[in-house]
Formats: sequence, structure tokens, C-alpha cells
Amino acid sequence: MADTFTLGGKEFSSRFILGSGKYSMELIRAAVEQAEAQIITLAVRRTNTKENENILDYIPENVTLLPNTSGARNAKEAVRIARMAREIGCGDFVKVEIMRDSKYLLPDNQETILATKMLADEGFVVLPYMYPDLYAARALEEAGAAAIMPLAAPIGSNKGLATKEFIQILIDETDLPVIVDAGIGRPSQACEAMEMGAAAIMANTAIATAKDVPAMAEAFKNAIIAGRKGYLAGIGRVLERGASASDPLTGFLRD
Amino acid sequence: MVQINGKMEKASGVCLLDYLTQAGYNLVGIAVERNEEIVSKADYDKVFLEEGDVVEVVSFVGGGSR
Amino acid sequence: MNCEENNEKKENSFYVDSDKLSEKALEKKHRLENDPSSRTDPFEYMEGMERIDSNIMNQVISQMDSYDYSKYTAQDVLYALQKETCDIEDFKALLSPAAAPFLEQMARKAKLETSKHFGNTVYLFTPLYIANYCENYCVYCGFNCYNDIKRKKLSTEEIEHEMKVIADSGIEEILMLTGESKTMSDIHYIGEACKLAKKYFRNIGLEIYPVNSEDYAYLHECGADYVTVFQETYDAAKYETLHLMGHKRVWPYRFEAQERAILGGMRGVGFSALLGLADFRKDALASALHVYYLQRKYPHVEYSLSCPRLRPIINNDKINPLEVHEKELCQVICAYRIFLPYIGITVSSREQEHFRNGIAKIAATKISAGVSTGIGDHESKYTGTEEANSEGDEQFEISDGRSFDQMYADMSNEGLQPVLNDYVYV
Repeated sequence: MADTFTLGGKEFSSRFILGSGKYSMELIRAAVEQAEAQIITLAVRRTNTKENENILDYIPENVTLLPNTSGARNAKEAVRIARMAREIGCGDFVKVEIMRDSKYLLPDNQETILATKMLADEGFVVLPYMYPDLYAARALEEAGAAAIMPLAAPIGSNKGLATKEFIQILIDETDLPVIVDAGIGRPSQACEAMEMGAAAIMANTAIATAKDVPAMAEAFKNAIIAGRKGYLAGIGRVLERGASASDPLTGFLRD
Repeated sequence: MVQINGKMEKASGVCLLDYLTQAGYNLVGIAVERNEEIVSKADYDKVFLEEGDVVEVVSFVGGGSR
Repeated sequence: MNCEENNEKKENSFYVDSDKLSEKALEKKHRLENDPSSRTDPFEYMEGMERIDSNIMNQVISQMDSYDYSKYTAQDVLYALQKETCDIEDFKALLSPAAAPFLEQMARKAKLETSKHFGNTVYLFTPLYIANYCENYCVYCGFNCYNDIKRKKLSTEEIEHEMKVIADSGIEEILMLTGESKTMSDIHYIGEACKLAKKYFRNIGLEIYPVNSEDYAYLHECGADYVTVFQETYDAAKYETLHLMGHKRVWPYRFEAQERAILGGMRGVGFSALLGLADFRKDALASALHVYYLQRKYPHVEYSLSCPRLRPIINNDKINPLEVHEKELCQVICAYRIFLPYIGITVSSREQEHFRNGIAKIAATKISAGVSTGIGDHESKYTGTEEANSEGDEQFEISDGRSFDQMYADMSNEGLQPVLNDYVYV
């Protein structure tokens, strides 16, 4: 049986979601190819009439576009951006990102829940970027999210799984796919998140800022596959050091 | 005057389709919002800009992290 | 002895005919016992039974139906034991026969999980039976309507007297029980008992016939905050052959009782299968998954599991829990604890002193003390005075008759910290 996961009725075999920021157009193409990514995120911005280069020309046909709502500071703005993204005409996936803090760029869970509800009601496939909080995750599930995207560390920080314990709780307690987003700086960190049972990894800065972009995209791809296989295989036994010498606990049993 | 992508333009009474073409927009990869409402692509030729309109013309750019 | 005989599965024989039953009553009883077509459809809700929209039952049943415990190996068990979080597959391995040789390791892991969530505390409570009238014919139960026992329903004055006696002994948490008779113990009677209990106890639980959510809301207003309903067995086909008559026959209405109690505003709900009635591994799986899925749906609620085994009753001293020996019971309780580290686990006086002392150190968090399953006999039991004739008979034979004081001392001597209540009503 193929190991796939489903978002909004679409089945994906690649568990690597690639961000397309901070690259030249040519490098985006190379990165997507080496990553074998099936989902790529995009932002919505005012159209520049001077440069007629369209990013869509650099993204392979069969890749699902995941526009984000970056720039939104509240639910209403996120909904407006999502509607514009859908109107451009590349499907109804949307990654809700709402930040009201320009220093750390941390997502605002409350506004994100509101936006998720409004967009899901309008038929969007909503993937909210969130701070890994169990109550927020449940509210997002209730609101109709297709997956949740908790942050591993502050965006662009490359610090890895700073929120590991909390992401594990989300993986254990919600029925939605958990896509670890933001802060993943190295292939080994992506691998670790997959070993924990994450459904997918979203990364951008780590690849875009590497010395060799296509090579790093490939390294992430392999790390994600390795982590997923490790998860499915069942992480092995860690030997406990030192024997416990106390009396048996079950010595009292009779019949 | 009409505010288009932040700039004040003398475009009152102009058909939206004509404006976009003349301004050099590639109609394929854009979306238009007029006074916070989406204008569907099929309606570009039916919409005439009015005094005080606020218009946003957007398209996709690379994004995923800031 | 031939092979066939040897392999024959042991069964309890439950049917007992009282010589006080009329010929007509006997005839009806025998028909119910011997002719399945004379019994009602256990899946059909009776008039007045609330239906709720819930998928919990389907989730539990499909897991239980597909559970083949013979396929699990020692390796699966060892894998489950070394993991940080135990998932459904791991739990299935821990409940399987393959886990039997690893009981000590399971107990160690269970103890660790218990101490993470509860430290070394153990909660003490006592049950108070206020009536034993029953309209059901559940073949294994001492209260069943065909069983020839002394019936009794306490008056308000008698209830209050019992409560005083119990409260004077030092107990702060009470579990009130009735037989399942809506006519003899109606909801207002139980509500009044709750109001009285508020005067004497800090924490009030109920174990009564399943009711609708509005009735649970009423009982919550009266002061109750915890509701326990035993499903007895999650094997609906087996259930049908054991609960031959009465509203208890409706299996899905009973299954949904805890969810209705939650909707009615109760803080906590308790669950259990009566081990020994059907395949205990499947019943244990279903009991825990019933909690597991409800916890995901209603994460704010407190959950607890009990682990009763079949016991002898008045007029039938042969009833026993078949293949569920102490080792198997211990395995089930340890597996519960490892799979659901945060839940309360109650071990009742159906078990003997040595077992309750041992299991309290591993996984149990709640132990009853000063127990009587009869009606209105606390004073005679607590003070050692002679039994009055006006008391009602017991539901089952208890195995651990320790008083509250004795239990408090014993638990302390075992290195545990007895807790009398840890609760606020809001």
C-alpha cells in the first residue's frame, strides 16, 4: 500500500512542502525538482507591471499551489487575501498565516481560528499556521481545518524543533495531519520531526539560504523520507541504564 | 481619482478591462479586488471604475517565509 | 476424558428458579431464558430514551471486532513497553496473551505512569446502596427481578441516618447506588438523596440506571458530579443473552450514558466491563477505547475505569470470573494504566485485601472502604451491632471488608498517601 496523506481530497506521496520565498526564479525550479515536492507555497502581492515574469511559469504543472495569507494581521485581512488567491485561479488551497508581531512573526492563534472557520465555510482547503497549542489545535479542527501547521521555532531561525514536546502532543491528540512548519534548519531536524509522526514538513529558508540550493532540497527530501520510514518501522528499543533491584511488584498475585 | 495598488490614477469612468490592458497587466496570473470585493475575471469588461474606488491588483510571488 | 470435553469452554450457569415464583412467572422466566425470539431487540430504543448524534460507538465496535489478540508477539509487547506513548496498537499488544510473561515489566511501567500523574496518592470512598428494587432480569446479578432477596428502599430519614454513620467514620466521598427501577427509585428520589449527600460529603458520585441528559443535568444541580455506568459487556450478542428483560436490555442506550452525562454537565464519568461475562480481552479493549474516544471528543471531562470481575450472588454461589484470574486482571489494569495514564482506576471490594494492597501500589488510584452492598446496614456493619431484619440483601459478595480506619492505616503502611477528597463543585 502506498504511503500517502490526503488534504482536501487530494492524495500526496511527497511529504515535503516547499516554500518559494527568497530564491531566484531559476533556483525555484531546480529546488522543486530536486525536492520532488508536490506542494509549494506562494504569497499574494500587488502585481508589478514592470517585470512580467510570472512565478507560475517556473513551477511544474502537477504541483499543488498553496497560497499563504502572509501580510494579513487579522482574520478579515486573511480572508481577503485568500479570496484574491483563489481568484487568480489555481485551486482553493490556502495556508492561513496571521501575524501581529513584526519582531518574532509569531502566528496569532485566535485570529487564525476565526479565519479558518470563515474560509472553511467558503469551501477553502485550509491549512493554518499556528503556535503549537492543544486548545487552538482542537478549535482549528472544529473550525474545519484540513491540517494544522505548528511552528518548530521562530520563522527563519533555523533553530529546529524548539517546540518538540508540544508538537508531539498535537500529533498524539488530534486526528488532523500535523505539518511541521517554520524554524526547521537542517535535514536532521526534518528527519526528527518525521520520526515523531508528523505528516509532512514545510521548509523554505533552510533551502533558500543554503550554499547549494538544489543539493539542500534533495538532502531535505531524503531526510524526510528517512524519518517517515523510521516512524513507520517503529523506533527501536533504547536500553535503560542500570537495573532496578527492588522487590517484584507482582509478587502478591495468587490464583 | 481612483486608487490602484496604492497610487492615485485618473481612471474614473474607465472600463476595468481597458485599464488593466493599457497599464500592462498580464491578465492570466492576476486577481482584482475593488473596494474589498473580488471582481471575477468574467466581469472585467463590465466594470467601470468610479471616483473614490480602491483597487488592488495582485498576483503570486515567491513566499513561504519572510 | 476426551479431547472435545477438554476443549469445551467453561461457562457459568446463571439460571436459578426461586420456589416463591408463581407458575406464570416461572413460565415467562423460562421462555426468556430458552427462547431468544421471546426477547426484545436489544438495539431498539424504548419509548422516552434519548438518542444522541455520536460516532463513538462505531469507532469502539469496529476496533473491537477487528481485534485479533492471537497475532501479537513478544516483540510487539516489548516494543510497546519501551515507547514513550502507548497507542492503540501497543495497547492491543499489552492486552494480548503474548504479554503474560512480561507482567512484571508491565507493572513497573504502569507504576511509573501512575506516579507521574498521581504521585503516591490513593483516593478512598465508600458506596452507599439506597435501594435494591430492580426491573431487569440480568442473569448474573443479585438484584435481578427474579432473584428471591429481601428488597428495600431507604426513606429520606434512613438515607440521612446512613450518611451520618458513614460521614462519622471519616469518609468524604460517596458513591450512591440503586437497583435499576425507575418506578421504585425515580429521578427525584435520587435527586433528594444527592441533596442530602451534599450536607455530609464533599464529592458525590452516582451509579444508577442510565437516564437522559436532562435528568443528568437535574442530578448535577442536586449535587452529583460523577456518573458511572457499567456496560457489563461490549459484546452485544453476548449481552443480549445475559440481560433478558427490562430497559437495561437496550445496549446502545446504555453505551451512550456517559456521553449523555457529559452533555448534562457532569464533571466525571466512569466505565467498566464486568470481566468474566464475555471475552475479557475484547471487553477490556472496548472499555478503554470507550474512554479514549470520548476523551478526544470531550477533553475537559475526568474519566475513570473500574475493573470488576464476576462474583457469587445470593442464591448462586457458583458464579465466578472463569479464566480471568488475578494475573489476567493485573495485566488488564496495567495495560489500562499504560494506555490511559491520566485516568482514575477503581478497584472494588470484589477483590481481596492482598490484591487491592498490591494493585494500589501499581496502578489503582481509588479504593473503596467500609463497604456494604446491602441496603441500610451501615450502622450494624460499622458498629458491630446485630443485623436488624429491616435491611435489604446485597448485590454481590464482597471480598475485602476492611473498615475505613483500617484501610486508611493499611494504605499508609504500604507507603501510599490516602486522600479523602480533591475536588471543587462549580
